[in-house]
Amino acid sequence: MAKTLKKETSKKAAPAAKVAAAPSISPIPESPLVFERPDKFNQVNHSLTKVDSMGLVCAQQKYVADLDMQGLLHIKVLGSPHAHAVIKSIDVKEAEKIPGVVAVFTYKDVPRVVRTTAGQGFPEPSPYDTCLLDSKVRFVGDRVAVVAAETPEAAAEACTKIKVQYQVLKAVFDPERARDKDAPVIHDEKDCRVPIPIFYDPKHNHCSHVETAVGDVKKGFKQADYVLEKTYYPHYAQHCPIEPHICMAYLDENDRLVLRTSTQVPFHARRITAQTLGIPVKKIRVIKPRIGGGFGTKQEVLLEDVCGLVTLKTRRPCIWALTRAEEFMAARTRHPMVITIQSGVKKNGAITAISMRIISNTGAYGSHALTVLSNCGSKVLPLYRAENIEFIGDTVYTNLPVGGAYRGYGATQAAFAMECQMDEMAEAIGMDPIKFRQLNHIKEGESSPIFKALGEGREGVDMAIGSCGLSKCITEGMKRIDWAKKYGKPGTGSKRRGLGMCCLMQGSSIPEIDMGAVFIKMNEDGSFNMLLGATDLGTGSDTVLAQIAAETIGCKLEEMIVYSSDTDMTPFDVGAYASSTTYLTGGAVINCAKKVREQIEAVAASMMGEDMKNVTIENGVCYGKGRKNKVTFGQVCNYAMYEHKQFQIGAIGSHISHASPPPFSAHFAEVEVDTETGEVKLLKYVAGVDCGTAINPQLADGQTQGACMNGISFALTEEYIFDENGRMLNPNFGNYKIWSTKDMPELETFLVPTYEKTGPYGAKSVSEISINGALPAIGNAIKNAVGVRITRPPFTAEKVLTAMKELVKPAKAAAKEPKAKAGVSKAAKPAKPAVKAEKPAKATAKKATVAGKKKK
Amino acid sequence: MKLNTRINGKEYCLEIKPNAMLIDVLRQAGFKGVKFGCGEGSCGACAVMINGRPRNSCITLAGAAEGVEILTVEGLGNPEKPHVLQQAFVDSGSTQCGYCNPGSLIAAKALLDSNPNPTAEDVKDALDGNLCRCTGYVKRIDAVLQAAEASKKTRKSTRGKK
Repeated sequence: MAKTLKKETSKKAAPAAKVAAAPSISPIPESPLVFERPDKFNQVNHSLTKVDSMGLVCAQQKYVADLDMQGLLHIKVLGSPHAHAVIKSIDVKEAEKIPGVVAVFTYKDVPRVVRTTAGQGFPEPSPYDTCLLDSKVRFVGDRVAVVAAETPEAAAEACTKIKVQYQVLKAVFDPERARDKDAPVIHDEKDCRVPIPIFYDPKHNHCSHVETAVGDVKKGFKQADYVLEKTYYPHYAQHCPIEPHICMAYLDENDRLVLRTSTQVPFHARRITAQTLGIPVKKIRVIKPRIGGGFGTKQEVLLEDVCGLVTLKTRRPCIWALTRAEEFMAARTRHPMVITIQSGVKKNGAITAISMRIISNTGAYGSHALTVLSNCGSKVLPLYRAENIEFIGDTVYTNLPVGGAYRGYGATQAAFAMECQMDEMAEAIGMDPIKFRQLNHIKEGESSPIFKALGEGREGVDMAIGSCGLSKCITEGMKRIDWAKKYGKPGTGSKRRGLGMCCLMQGSSIPEIDMGAVFIKMNEDGSFNMLLGATDLGTGSDTVLAQIAAETIGCKLEEMIVYSSDTDMTPFDVGAYASSTTYLTGGAVINCAKKVREQIEAVAASMMGEDMKNVTIENGVCYGKGRKNKVTFGQVCNYAMYEHKQFQIGAIGSHISHASPPPFSAHFAEVEVDTETGEVKLLKYVAGVDCGTAINPQLADGQTQGACMNGISFALTEEYIFDENGRMLNPNFGNYKIWSTKDMPELETFLVPTYEKTGPYGAKSVSEISINGALPAIGNAIKNAVGVRITRPPFTAEKVLTAMKELVKPAKAAAKEPKAKAGVSKAAKPAKPAVKAEKPAKATAKKATVAGKKKK
Repeated sequence: MKLNTRINGKEYCLEIKPNAMLIDVLRQAGFKGVKFGCGEGSCGACAVMINGRPRNSCITLAGAAEGVEILTVEGLGNPEKPHVLQQAFVDSGSTQCGYCNPGSLIAAKALLDSNPNPTAEDVKDALDGNLCRCTGYVKRIDAVLQAAEASKKTRKSTRGKK
């Protein structure tokens, strides 16, 4: 099925060049809407060995730092000790005298170019509010000066010798106070702006605003038997790739700047570095070698500008590697949020209205401020049927570490709020939380108005759900966690057990925006070089995409030689983000490999004297009609190279996605809560995922397990602790606890196969979704065990114990008060979220224990 | 100062600064499998074996390695002849970004050397100092158990031949 040429262009989108009337046969390729479903899979849907794995375990694969370079300079950046200050004067003379110091740069030495480091497509939906170096600092750790020296020690010493006079300004740390009249303005510079026509009000620390409504929530609340409101506070977190950010720069033989960098977005990194340094794109080559994990933080173009500056100014190679403390404080984080949900539910389980109001804290710079916020709605609200939905979101600046892309991308935060709220609603109407979800979740063939209403800085794309295995994820997960037997039986004694669950969805790529491209050429032994712009940062995308290519061409995975992400060598790809690579670039691989296959068929037909339509391919061999004639791939390539009408068998293929089909997932947690200490022990965790066809089930399973563990440790132990001046007090693994083997619960994951016809061989995304489950599933399990709803994660012993103590107090007091007062605001009211609206529920569970108001 | 040490079975005499850390000395000597992750001994990416015991080289002074026997992941095996643990990591899908693999393999090797029949709990104890943000650890624990099993079979079959 071919897509018609007519394509919706949003009114809000940036002005594009005027398009001439399309000729009848356009050289502009059309991306297919659906991909053919083969009778059977030979290469995809098999757990084939990851193509780079042996090289990785034998340390033959090279990361950024693994290249030896003569005369390498080491960079150290002086970070701000203040959360908000103006640099009154800066003196680098003493620093320059340190033996080995080659150059010191401050804001005075670089041109002022405002741009965003967000690493998104152009024009970016993030504000241009960040400079290479600025005369103002906006969070503790913000850049003050750059030192390049012969040794890391000399660079570090020089940083201590830079004399800076700061005029310390009042800072704002509370996102709920950031827009107050007396709040200090963090971006008072005149030149900050957004490159696309969207809301931006930096004078009030107001970075972005999203508002959409479907139906009429007021009416919906009136129809409800219960209206519930609660505010949730998902917290700061860091990605913690084991390899911190690192970038190396050098000049090549043609005096071009080469950046060898730990990036998820080599092409965006090239574009943004060119923009920052004021040099043409053609002067820069970005190479992505092996990357030691990213999870979103390496979408940020953070180090490349400084390294480029040093190399261009000194004409010497340089390297900048963040320390772990710098990674915590000055790289990127998960946007913490204040999420207020008001929802109306009928006794029969129908959800009449959902209002989601969010204040997202982007810290000192607006990286991904708008899109993470939009994603809170677009990747969470469509999951359940409700006729009346309202989404109002605001992102604010504060003088805290900067938010950015982090696996889950807003869905993590909003799913926590929504899925806790689902349990609260179920409890209010006395329905089993699973039955309540089964009654309401979206199914195949259904759509949600939210898909169109919420896009990325512009209108979204309307779509119907083509594949949904959520029901199976739920029923299978219930069995594995033993829900029927264990739910609602906390036991007696000091340790109580509880079960909790949640349902999730995500997306697969950003539709009508993201593009990926692939180049494949054939070699004379029947092997192929596949050059990918897509960025394997450990996810296994090199392998998955090679499997798709092998499947399409008709050979084995071993015949594909993959080289990914080098802006000089490989075609463009947006990079590794938005759960896009398998779904999006996988489509490009099919488009490309089909062309290659056609060329092979044509040459084989000519060699065998057969009609091309009779040529079949199997495992690297072309057969003629009735299998009488055959030629191998090697023979085909040799013929094309040396014998007749010589040409290179090869092609380039691109793809844009027209939809973003959600993967679905159900997560289950079993906890044991010590009522004497408040300690939560996670006993078992089960996650089932529908990612369409798993191109490589073992890798898809690995993505799920890794995401689950990251989510679990986020829910239970990971926490940023700040002092009163906005300095993070625990920027190290000793005090910021990410889980290791001894912390593990029994972890069970499973895949539920479906077929998504818009995806390559039926695939949807898998990498992000499973990080979203642990916060709500464990939160709900704690509620189930001891009756407390913790709305401010992580669920530490201290918080659980405090909540349990508070539960006893008001429960006694509430007995004297009329029931209707139990903490609900009127349906239409909440212009500002009820900030400290954590009304504890009663301990006795089951009967109308939620802070809800019965209306009829 | 001079450092005389054995790395992966070969004698080395390296010129080092007195305050140099072992991680830097090993990387400069070409052993890039020793990875930097935290610089404070809490992630295990830089783990190497010193006289048979796993040590975080980022908090070990190079001078302390005088006269010792060091094993890095490069000494474990290569793609042509991988160690049974390396093969198990590959087969089980324990490798995503791979950055923590060298340190984890060293910790696993130290475990199997001292305990050829580990339980899953033993493996969890031994690998607890090696953080991984990609995999969720499940496959890695299986890999070490599989490797132990495979080594046992190899030992039995070689004994059988004798």
